[in-house]
Amino acid sequence: MDERLKVTLSGWELDNPVIPASGTFGFGYEFADFYDINILGSIATKGTTREARFGNPTPRIAECERGMINAVGLQNPGIDKVISEEFPKLKQVYQKKVVANVSGFSKEEYVECAKKMDAQDIVGILEVNISCPNVHGGGMSFGVSPDAAAEITRAVKAVTTKPVYIKLSPNVTDIVAIAKACEDAGADGISMINTLLGARFDLRTGRPIIANVMGGFSGPAIKPVALRMVYQVYEAVKLPIIGIGGIASAEDVIEMMYAGATAVEIGAENLRNPYVCKEIIERLPSLMDELNIEKLSDVIGRAHQ
Amino acid sequence: MGERIKQYRIISNWNLADQVYEMELEGDSSWITHPGQFLNVTIDNAYLKRPISICDWNENGLTIIYKVVGFGTKQMSQKQPGELLECLVGLGNGFTPEAFDEKKVLLVGGGVGVPPLYGLAKTCLKQGKQPVVILGFTAEKDIFYIKKFADLGCDVKLSTNDGSQGVKGFVSDVMIQEGLTNLPYFACGPMPMLKAVWRTSNAQGQLSFEERMGCGFGACMGCSCETISGPKRICKEGPVLSSQEVLWTKD
Repeated sequence: MDERLKVTLSGWELDNPVIPASGTFGFGYEFADFYDINILGSIATKGTTREARFGNPTPRIAECERGMINAVGLQNPGIDKVISEEFPKLKQVYQKKVVANVSGFSKEEYVECAKKMDAQDIVGILEVNISCPNVHGGGMSFGVSPDAAAEITRAVKAVTTKPVYIKLSPNVTDIVAIAKACEDAGADGISMINTLLGARFDLRTGRPIIANVMGGFSGPAIKPVALRMVYQVYEAVKLPIIGIGGIASAEDVIEMMYAGATAVEIGAENLRNPYVCKEIIERLPSLMDELNIEKLSDVIGRAHQ
Repeated sequence: MGERIKQYRIISNWNLADQVYEMELEGDSSWITHPGQFLNVTIDNAYLKRPISICDWNENGLTIIYKVVGFGTKQMSQKQPGELLECLVGLGNGFTPEAFDEKKVLLVGGGVGVPPLYGLAKTCLKQGKQPVVILGFTAEKDIFYIKKFADLGCDVKLSTNDGSQGVKGFVSDVMIQEGLTNLPYFACGPMPMLKAVWRTSNAQGQLSFEERMGCGFGACMGCSCETISGPKRICKEGPVLSSQEVLWTKD
């Protein structure tokens, strides 16, 4: 472990800023087949809802230029099974804390999930997803209005002592207003960005490739959008930011930290290269040498200096 | 490079039937434990890999058969012998013929669902079973591997949708005509074929499914399907599922 990679999120010191993003890493243990997942900064676990969900009909994956669309729709076994089955399986191969991602279709559901996660030692940060583009009547609808985002933030904060990070949607006209509303409502941090709404159509049939027509677009193609939004939010709020969106290399990690991120989540790239997080962590020290970076935490927000 | 991402040397890559190619690869095959497992092929300038089932393997390498259906498989078809192919390996559960005590078993394949049945036929023969093989294709131009199955010593039957060779109709028609509806079966092919085989048979079997995948190793949940025992990921708990797990109805 390289001391120079350490970063701190709300008092929690991570060995490095590299966190696989929710929805691209399952509950982590699948990746223990590939490498020792204890090298990671942390793991953002699969989006968890109160009830078990199968998600959307298939096909729910479409390839794009430098990215992909998914319309999985929060498939998960429900919070009780996540706590009784998934977390114990993860603990067998992973000794650190996780960023536990929760989602809901009502304020009450977010509160119930937050309460249950609050009792779990393995949870280091509660990441509240108000930005899933793949479910109707919930998820993203809370993330597109500052008032609704603030309401969810307040409700979750009231029932947990864990740091609460709100995961924001890029599918809004003013992401800064939403980030500010979350800050004012007591959020401890911001995770951003979730996927962009996208669609693909089959050239031969003219039909949508995704059964749900639309889905969340992610991958390197969205990196400039994520960098721009993290930059804007860093200017406007004092909260730590977990930067997410198109990160695929150690270079991308540092660029995202320049924009204002304290840590990063890596999403789609895990699906095309299951070793990417390991490769990035191993590459960071030599890249820092090349760029004359002494400590990684020194570069957070450098683009604003 | 991660240890489950392997480089294979292309030994041959040739046009087997209409838009269908057979590619022989030299490299590690030690990860293959069951017929019906798959690998995920890296495509230049494409974001995701392409899942392709293993047709056959030995200690020197393996054979895949794929159909050109888009940009990625077209690129594969243009690769020359001697070039390298990068693949993520160790994927999928595969068929388990040892799960059945019966000696005589039925293998049913449709189109590019046929290739994994070749490795399965060899496995069955090694286990002392007698495979009856039904292969279904759209038309004569699509047919491949009949002789390969026959050379193994399998009893091979053929159907084409247009009747240009073999029985005119579907593999399920052959099952009925030949009285093969009581044999334990193994099937791989398009969804309507799998359903027809399942409905036609009175026996238990194993079905290999296909779905658009993100990762191929269980992380993204892109390829899930619902089963009697809850959601299953085609790439991880599958691609082979038991006939007792599906949620279809017989009528």
